[in-house]
Amino acid sequence: MTEQASAASSDVLVRVDNLVKYFPVRTAGFAHRTVGQVQAVDGVSLAIPRGTTLGLVGETGSGKSTLARCIAGLIPATSGKVYFEGNDITNLPRRRMAPFRRDIQMIFQDPYGSLNPRRRVGAIIGDPFAVHQTVPAGDRKRKVQDLMERVGLNPEHYNRFPAEFSGGQRQRIGVARALALQPKLIICDEPVSALDVSIQAQVLNLLADLQREYGLTYLFIAHDLEVVRHVSTTVNVMYLGKIAEAGPKNAVYDTPRHPYTAALLSAALAADPEAAAARQRIILTGDIPSPIDPPSGCRFHPRCPKAQDLCGSEEPPLEVKAGDAAIHLTACHFPVTAGEKLATTGRRAQA
Amino acid sequence: MSITDLERLAQQAEDAPVRAIEGRSQWWLTRQRLRRDKVAMTSLAVIIIMILLAIFAPAFAALVHHPANVAYPITGENSAGQPVGPGTNGFWLGTDDTGRDLMVRVFYGARISLFVGIVTTAIATVAGVAIGLIAGYFGGIIDTILARLTDAVLAFPYVVLALALAVVFGPSLTIVIAVISFFSWAGIARIVRGQTLSLKEKEYIEAARSIGAGPFRIMFIDILPNLLAPVLVLATLYIPSAVVFESTLSFLGLGIQPPTASWGNMLSAAQPFYQTAWWFVVFPALALLITTLAFNLLGDGIRDAMDPTTERLLAARRRKRPPGSLLRPRNDDPDLIIGGDAK
Repeated sequence: MTEQASAASSDVLVRVDNLVKYFPVRTAGFAHRTVGQVQAVDGVSLAIPRGTTLGLVGETGSGKSTLARCIAGLIPATSGKVYFEGNDITNLPRRRMAPFRRDIQMIFQDPYGSLNPRRRVGAIIGDPFAVHQTVPAGDRKRKVQDLMERVGLNPEHYNRFPAEFSGGQRQRIGVARALALQPKLIICDEPVSALDVSIQAQVLNLLADLQREYGLTYLFIAHDLEVVRHVSTTVNVMYLGKIAEAGPKNAVYDTPRHPYTAALLSAALAADPEAAAARQRIILTGDIPSPIDPPSGCRFHPRCPKAQDLCGSEEPPLEVKAGDAAIHLTACHFPVTAGEKLATTGRRAQA
Repeated sequence: MSITDLERLAQQAEDAPVRAIEGRSQWWLTRQRLRRDKVAMTSLAVIIIMILLAIFAPAFAALVHHPANVAYPITGENSAGQPVGPGTNGFWLGTDDTGRDLMVRVFYGARISLFVGIVTTAIATVAGVAIGLIAGYFGGIIDTILARLTDAVLAFPYVVLALALAVVFGPSLTIVIAVISFFSWAGIARIVRGQTLSLKEKEYIEAARSIGAGPFRIMFIDILPNLLAPVLVLATLYIPSAVVFESTLSFLGLGIQPPTASWGNMLSAAQPFYQTAWWFVVFPALALLITTLAFNLLGDGIRDAMDPTTERLLAARRRKRPPGSLLRPRNDDPDLIIGGDAK
């Protein structure tokens, strides 16, 4: 699945090759027998060119955050490789990972949970300086205040505690902390999903400004399709640990080829009510299946309106479909064609 | 004028009087609540007085001209060789069985009790926090070993060990401190481990790992400050336990040896005199009671002051809410799951 990488810009910052992350399911008690595997991420490949934003969309439980944590080196991958600027950084021990930590930072979903309530904001933002010793202790306060100013916080609030800030301000604190080491890649794990819509826009604009200013590369995870459309250069749609569809933002949003993408897009709220009324809703039945025991063949087939027998037996490869650009990949035996009407219910419900 | 302009103006207005803005820390709020707690403040005053009495015990001895270990067979005992009562012959609280000044000895006893209480609690707290943090943070085999060790210590009959050590090494202050410390860390370690297990799942710990912080930095900079509140309460409640523990050992003859005064060995010596010389039993016992009670009440006060939710819970209970109503303790709150197991 390296077509995606080679087809994209030659200056690839991050490349993920066939990444797999299984969490063992163990019995309680002494023996801890492994009785199953949660297949959170199952063979994902992607590449992020320098200076771009890759948007990763999917339902809760599709493995987005697990993938992000594997790339950031916070949890070990079961198999597969992560390359950063050509260096293999998969499962590096902490000390050897240290130089890459400076280049890869994360912004977390929960602006309340991701800041230590007992530490002052200045200490939280200055933490990266203390860990990596990049700034002498005497200069830290000034540097932290510069960062606070840059992300739109009042530098006078240096000595306050996180509890004294609003959700949006707290997320700015998280952004400032991520910026402190001047990273190349920032992994944003649903950075705005806990915020009000008006605050979301402010934080997204801040992220966009910072990207322009510092040439940052983002891996942007969200379940809000409009947010992803707003920020992304390319979009990857994940379903049950696998990439269902990947491609440039406009290609994926305007001509979705995977029935899952089409269903997601049809369910999203649109800003234009007339357009929303005109379009056909595809209603998926059932919940996302358990990643402990994923469906055979195409993982989407039990819920897919277009599923046929082949879908249950053979897993579709992620490949370019006829009529698509070379960088628009879809993992589907029967891709959706433009203007096609999809049945509004899944296969199982009809039976 | 766009929304962002308005926001900027609002921000400017808000920030107009530029001054150093100091956050109201958790500790500041705790101090405020504690200050309003009359019981806790009285207890604190009692503890401070007790500490002052202990420190200035030699001065009191000089004031009444009765050194602690000097017997006064003429003035300090009546014709039958019995202790004299309070106020007799310049003995403010009477004398003991050998005619020594009881007040001076009670003050000297406070030196031993408070010293043992504070030193053993300090040792036990440092050891308990370190072991609990390491067990909880690293988990796995390290946790299994340390947690079983903790359980073993908690299950151990401490009087038996104290007896054995006293027989082998001879009773001394060092043995007392060693035994009490050894049996006190486990309770703290168990609570710290539990708190660490829940704290290490917080997103800010992951954030610390993502910036490259190592395990010891995370334990001491990110987790420990969140543990300070419960540990402080526990430590305050462990001091009276240690004081009683020391008295118990001394009472049994395994601790501080006469003629050095300790509340425990004074009570032990007073046993035959409870019918004839009530003061000999009452004053050391009263000192022990007042000290332990003050520490316990202060500990309870600190716990309540640190956790505003208990206040609300108590208020709700007072209003007689039906059981299972809205107010439930928050599981993730480190301040709430403390206390109960202190002893």
